[in-house]
Amino acid sequence: MIKKIRVLVAKPGLDGHDRGAKIVARALRDAGMEVVYTGLHQTAEQIVNTAIQEDVDVVGLSLLSGAHMTLFIDVALLLKEKQMDDVLIVGGGIIPQQDVPGLKKAGIAEVFGPGTPVEDIVSYIKKNVKR
Amino acid sequence: MVEKETIKQIQKKRVDWEKQKYSKAISENPERKQKFKNLSDIEIKNLYTPEDIADLEYLKDVGFPGEEPFLRGVHPNLYRGRLWTMRQFAGFGSAEETNKRYHYLLEHGETGLSVAFDYPTLYGYDTDHPLARGEFGKCGVAISSLLDMELLFHGIPLDKITTSMTINGPAAIVWAMYIANAENQGIKKDKIGGTIQNDILKEYIAQKSYIFPPEPSMRLIVDTFEYGFKNIPKWNTISISGYHIREAGSTAVQELAFTLGDGIEYVKAAMKRGLSIDDFAPRLSFFFNAHNDFFEEIAKYRAARRIWASEMKKLGAKKQRSLWMRFHTQTAGCSLTAQQPEMNIVRVTMQALAAVLGGTQSLHTNSMDEALALPSEKAVRIALRTQQIIAEESGVTDTVDPLGGSYYIEWLTSKMEEETYKYFDKVERLGGVIPAIEKGFFQREIAESAYRYQKETDENKRIIVGVNRYKLDEEPSIPILKMDEKGEERQIHRLKKLRSERDATKVQNHLQRLRKAAEGDENLMPFILDCIHSYATLGETCDVLREVFGEYKEQAIF
Repeated sequence: MIKKIRVLVAKPGLDGHDRGAKIVARALRDAGMEVVYTGLHQTAEQIVNTAIQEDVDVVGLSLLSGAHMTLFIDVALLLKEKQMDDVLIVGGGIIPQQDVPGLKKAGIAEVFGPGTPVEDIVSYIKKNVKR
Repeated sequence: MVEKETIKQIQKKRVDWEKQKYSKAISENPERKQKFKNLSDIEIKNLYTPEDIADLEYLKDVGFPGEEPFLRGVHPNLYRGRLWTMRQFAGFGSAEETNKRYHYLLEHGETGLSVAFDYPTLYGYDTDHPLARGEFGKCGVAISSLLDMELLFHGIPLDKITTSMTINGPAAIVWAMYIANAENQGIKKDKIGGTIQNDILKEYIAQKSYIFPPEPSMRLIVDTFEYGFKNIPKWNTISISGYHIREAGSTAVQELAFTLGDGIEYVKAAMKRGLSIDDFAPRLSFFFNAHNDFFEEIAKYRAARRIWASEMKKLGAKKQRSLWMRFHTQTAGCSLTAQQPEMNIVRVTMQALAAVLGGTQSLHTNSMDEALALPSEKAVRIALRTQQIIAEESGVTDTVDPLGGSYYIEWLTSKMEEETYKYFDKVERLGGVIPAIEKGFFQREIAESAYRYQKETDENKRIIVGVNRYKLDEEPSIPILKMDEKGEERQIHRLKKLRSERDATKVQNHLQRLRKAAEGDENLMPFILDCIHSYATLGETCDVLREVFGEYKEQAIF
């Protein structure tokens, strides 16, 4: 039996916009993945702890408040620190194009902006999951 | 509205028309879709005639503007007298930066202010709180104390301009800052006007910027109602909001039903306290979304007025003013596309026009770049100009409720009203609004609609120009707002300086008194005002209430 891809969908920081995160979580589940959703208002530490406990293959971060350059990068650094380098990190939300290179450099493999069909996210994860 | 005999003739003629003319037409030109549906999933017929509104009695169900049932508007002459207030929601970075933006907007013809606060402020944290990390000034302005409030409104006459503040969990505290700032300038409390959003129910349902559990939250809201009508009669002490419910993914019908349901819940809570409905009801205001389906939106605003008037009468309101459903509108942020962003100007124009044809009292038009970042100066000027063109050039303001009497609009208005009452019944069966929130009813309803909308878009059943059709290979880039990187440093420095220079004993005494009052059942507004006047910060004041009231946590469901 093929192991199911395990994904953590996480909402870092104070942002309460959860429409996108919930849609993506549900779409990934419908695509056969095992999905854990953190709920709102998570610190980087909480997200990384959940990722370790749930032994996930993918962390999907969602943020519409504009704090991604701090909070996405916090999560990526902490995952690295905990030797979770093989976890695929993706992000989405209101993220200007000019911020994408910085996020990629910090270890966010891909950034999905508004208007992305969920199918693109599903196939990206299937193709790029590392474990 | 039409004689029964005429309706019969129309019915007969309609059958002939369907059989002969229409079926021939569709055999030559097949219809583009099997079914035509609006965003609330209501099926739209090919044609509306007097038959569809045969049940309506003009004087009873439609009536005149400024008269019951207020379907055609709350003011007799609407925009022939005063135009709607052009009120652009704005805030970013520090108080100084946002103050500059306010002056810019006012110089370009804006007629009211609307404050966007950053996330730490919305949750009642000062800028230097650990949970504020990364969020300073990002999606609004950071206001941690009265000092920041003074800078925010520097040079703006608070007795001449009205201000709307999007603040909920800590609404009473931030309102106190506004009042204190006016008082310090020598402006009497009864001379200031504006709105605090102060709508916690939709935070639990959709927007999620809550702090306290429902019971103490409702108490604080009723405190502001009471303090408001007694001391600040020109202030709208709540803006019962469907906007965020819609942005979270609801349909128009759900937006309408959940918002009015919340409104009724607030009225009941205030009456339970012993307040008289005709004292506070005239200061209740509403806030709706303007989404893409043009006629559906117009019908929504009209239905809201008729339902509200009827429900308020049932609750015992006697004053005409208590029956008024006055509302602010913002065009739909979630309808903006990151692809070909200039096309958003066109979307916003149509959405704004729907709000105006629906009789809005004030309006915010989104900027074209908001699916990417906070708006640049140029983008926000175009958004404001859009309103000015509708107001000054289009002619739609020349008569009141120009679409009243349209067979389609009147039918759709009644249909949305009918659907709203179905939701009222469902919520009633769950034990009311707060039990329904606790059971996750609204949250699930909204998530379902959001998912369906996304699926329809992904499957190309719903066309979004530039997203799933008429795409460009290379997206044009537009300039993005740059914020002052030193803003956060300055703000933290100001906060530390304030904490060391103010009269610490006085602050502690006032916070202590607030704590005592919160443990009892007095109106908290005077105690909060004392804290704010002594320059207690937002975080300190909120922490006292957090300790007494506890914090709300929601279940993570998707």
